Amino acid sequence: MDVTDLRTVFHTQDGTVHAVNGISFYLEEGELLSVVGESGSGKSVTMMSLLKLLPMPPAEIVSGMVDFDGRDLLELEPEELRQVRGGDIGFIFQDPMTSLNPVFKVGFQIMEPLKEHLGLSEKQARKRAVELLELVGIPGAADRLNDYPHQFSGGMRQRVMIAIALACDPKILIADEPTTALDVTIQAQIIELVKKLRQKLGMAIVWITHDLGVAAGISDRIMVMYAGFVVEHAKVKDLYKRPLHPYTRALLATLPTDAEEGEDRLKSISGLPPALHEYPNSCPFAPRCEFAFDRCQKENPPLMEMGDGHQVACWWDVEKGAPR
Amino acid sequence: MTKHDQVLVKAQNVKVHFPIHKGIFRRQVGSVKAVDGLSFEIRKGETLGLVGESGCGKSTAGRAMLRLYELTEGQLDFEGVDIAKLNPKELRSVRPRMQMIFQDPQACLNPRMTVGSIIAEPLDEHTNLSTAEKREKVKGLLDAVGMNRDYVNRYPHEFSGGQRQRIGIARALALDPDFIVCDEPIAALDVSIQAQVVNLLQDIQERMGLTYLFISHDLSMVRHIADRVAVMYLGKIVELAEKRDLYKTPKHPYTQALLSAVPVPDPEIEAKREHIVLKGDVPSPANPPKGCNFCTRCPIAIERCRTEEPELRELKKGQFVACHLAE
Repeated sequence: MDVTDLRTVFHTQDGTVHAVNGISFYLEEGELLSVVGESGSGKSVTMMSLLKLLPMPPAEIVSGMVDFDGRDLLELEPEELRQVRGGDIGFIFQDPMTSLNPVFKVGFQIMEPLKEHLGLSEKQARKRAVELLELVGIPGAADRLNDYPHQFSGGMRQRVMIAIALACDPKILIADEPTTALDVTIQAQIIELVKKLRQKLGMAIVWITHDLGVAAGISDRIMVMYAGFVVEHAKVKDLYKRPLHPYTRALLATLPTDAEEGEDRLKSISGLPPALHEYPNSCPFAPRCEFAFDRCQKENPPLMEMGDGHQVACWWDVEKGAPR
Repeated sequence: MTKHDQVLVKAQNVKVHFPIHKGIFRRQVGSVKAVDGLSFEIRKGETLGLVGESGCGKSTAGRAMLRLYELTEGQLDFEGVDIAKLNPKELRSVRPRMQMIFQDPQACLNPRMTVGSIIAEPLDEHTNLSTAEKREKVKGLLDAVGMNRDYVNRYPHEFSGGQRQRIGIARALALDPDFIVCDEPIAALDVSIQAQVVNLLQDIQERMGLTYLFISHDLSMVRHIADRVAVMYLGKIVELAEKRDLYKTPKHPYTQALLSAVPVPDPEIEAKREHIVLKGDVPSPANPPKGCNFCTRCPIAIERCRTEEPELRELKKGQFVACHLAE
């Protein structure tokens, strides 16, 4: 998948909000790309724009190209797009409590895409649904098909969501904060499961998260987003060893460290991510940035190549301590 | 680090069971043992972290500490007075000294009250201050939590999550309490905002000499803020120790699993680390397993664990563990 210059805006009563501002990225077969940022940084909107999952209006995709297997997803007819959603591209939503329909049995919800996309018969679909539930590690799968979502715990519901997303052997799985609502032990189970499934099925995964700890363990590459821009993009090792954007550094610094005594206060980033009512002419992070200088107020830095696929959008070279 | 010797809160065998009623006659058919025999001390000026998965009873325990739930059994001393036995009037006089900060700053503030009246409400209830004095006090409290004094006439929806949590903290501080139960105060906040709120809590503690019971499922944050940590599983404490002992040498298999499940923000360490992945979910507290509560998920359980319940015993000074196999 290749995404170029994706821009999404929301038309609200208070004016237009620029949520995604010219994002380009690629996803290779079988790799795991993490998208990291605070809430409101545009992570989810970006991914939902790819499949036009946003309510339009108020949302509008102003420009961009999403090249997937030689087709531009944004140009597809609604009927064709339906084939892609849940077929070639699976989507796991953040909240397992609200994204399953409470009045339908879990089995029905898993079988629905199977019948729809793969044209399986009731019997075949049921068989496949049992396989899927076993794959994601739900014990007593055949019986549990007849249960309703409320009869499952949070972790189990998230597994059901994963099963639905995997139903049609997608080439790409987009997981929007799949573990945020879960406990650490359940989170560890889900992460382990995703790692295993990835090896087995060889799909590419986009993992949206705000937890840099989780991202460290599973990703191949990481994309850091802020205010609808990609501010840093690197291979996972480079990003943690050599974070180049002040925002990435600040995010890493907010995590409590292992260093035992001595550490008293956590570093925090003051202020909030902005809601951009106008397309910015300055660096959107400048008001919260400790290194901001006059150029940051006048020009929004583009994503610059720093070698070996490490890209950063910042006028300040944190390593040299001087402007670029 | 200062020595905390004086005991402020002492819980002995505290139990909170919720009855389950069934049938037309609503007969009691069983009970949810949300908190099932907790015993621990909280010393003056310290922060005791209480961690565990959702559904393990940590929030119930926190509320029980303030007697927001009636105890089914047990004794709960607050500065030597058993508050579990106080009558409502006596309890009311102790209430101002114990406060609570809630998890969801959205839900715990009345949307139809201004910030000023939210913070002043405990003052209306428990003090005889004049309106002018109250107004001054509210402004002082807003200063104390790092908010603009001019916000008194605004409504909660005008604020972000972190700011709302600050309002909740200001309300908890209004009556100069000694003891605050923080029930997952940062769980609903963004990472960068979490750090701000945790810093604020620590500053206030230092300034006002507060004692915290800090309930959280975020082990790394608890490690940062707590002095001692108690790990709960299915209504019981499975391990209680000084922070350093607990994180360096966890003795209970559940604590070990919890700690190994916390991801480390460093890809190289993360690749090498061994994860203990627990199978399954926490069993229902209405029907806990026989023997050790953890035996259904424990990777090292032996036969004895399924029949005999382990006692919380002191393994070494200050480190208590409830496991037959820990040594």
